[in-house]
Amino acid sequence: MSSTGETQSSSEIIAHHLTNLTYGRHDDGTWGIAHGSADIAEMGFMAINLDSMFFSLLLGGLFLLVFRMVAKRATVGVPGRMQNMVEMAVEMINDNVKSMFNHKSPVVAPMALTVFMWVLLMNVMDLVPIDFLPKLAGLFGVPYLKVVPTTDVNVTMGMALSVFIVMVFYSIKQKGAGGFAAELSFHPFGKMALPINLFLEVVNLLSKPLSLGLRLFGNLYAGEMIFILIALLPFWTQPFLSVPWAIFHILIIFLQAFIFMVLTVVYMAQAFTVDEH
Amino acid sequence: MNFNMTLVGQAISFFLFVWFCAKYVWPPIIGAMDERAEKIADGLEAADRAKRDLELAQDKAVDQLKEAKQEAAVLIDQANKRAGQIVEEAKDKAREEGDRLKISAQAEIEQEVNRAREELRGKVASLAVSGAERILKRSVDQAANSDLIDNLAAEL
Repeated sequence: MSSTGETQSSSEIIAHHLTNLTYGRHDDGTWGIAHGSADIAEMGFMAINLDSMFFSLLLGGLFLLVFRMVAKRATVGVPGRMQNMVEMAVEMINDNVKSMFNHKSPVVAPMALTVFMWVLLMNVMDLVPIDFLPKLAGLFGVPYLKVVPTTDVNVTMGMALSVFIVMVFYSIKQKGAGGFAAELSFHPFGKMALPINLFLEVVNLLSKPLSLGLRLFGNLYAGEMIFILIALLPFWTQPFLSVPWAIFHILIIFLQAFIFMVLTVVYMAQAFTVDEH
Repeated sequence: MNFNMTLVGQAISFFLFVWFCAKYVWPPIIGAMDERAEKIADGLEAADRAKRDLELAQDKAVDQLKEAKQEAAVLIDQANKRAGQIVEEAKDKAREEGDRLKISAQAEIEQEVNRAREELRGKVASLAVSGAERILKRSVDQAANSDLIDNLAAEL
């Protein structure tokens, strides 16, 4: 923390940008902020990334606040600008959900909306110039700050696992525990090859949250990494490299949020569909 | 890349946010949107209906106009006919009246003529008698000759 302001090597700067503000129990038994990734690794599971949680809750709360305000004042007549914007998002989600998910559920469409807007907002944090918030926080004595929650694998996997839990919940609810087990056991090769079926289906099932969470994490982490690398170059190169990458990154930001939402809906559709076997 | 409680925190936030969205955000917005869509559909339908009604009314108006024109034409025709009739009647009446007047005038004339003739006859008779008296230079018994004079007068 005292190293801010002094000259750092490139690898130090990169490592600093990629380190979360983690709160947990130190080796010596005291609780506090971790200094460096080795410290974080020692803390193990019982630690929390304050920066990720802060920005994640802030952005999710912002989304819900704005949408709730609009929902409260939603008029059937001519909508205002804010309501128009919100309705655009809602309609986009609703159309997508309708085209992929043909069951009745009061949860799936709102979940898709939440996932999309939340991930989109978290991704958008990537466009904030890379040093702005960490330096600002540094002035207040915060040693580390990762502003893009979706570059934290905990956040993306947390969401992916939640989707997975909802998926398994609805699978069992729609098909019954037996039906769900049968789907896992008898699927590709018939009843004779039960162990092979089970193996394939379980791998298939577990790959869903893994690919969902890691895809988002990987894309955003890589994008963030390139911003960091660009930031290491001389200052006069910034407009020529940072700006084009940021513009291109807008596509990734939107696309990854959209993919996350679409896959969530697709998984829900699979959970709701009862196979005829 | 260390997994820690952030994962759990994020998952809890996820469920809370989804619950909030499903309960307080999604239903009012989608409800308003659906209701508006319905309203617009109703409005369009009403507009269609109004257009149809207008067309119908226009057709009806045209029909009524045509009918009124026909009626008017019939009325005018009738009036013309009636006028002709009245003229004819008046003419007939006038002719009749004229005839009647002519006849009565003729009768009067005839009467007058007869009267004049009678008078003339009487006068001629008396003239003849006085003439004869003068010629005969004597008094003729008028009564004795009255038959003669009457016959003479009748021959006139």
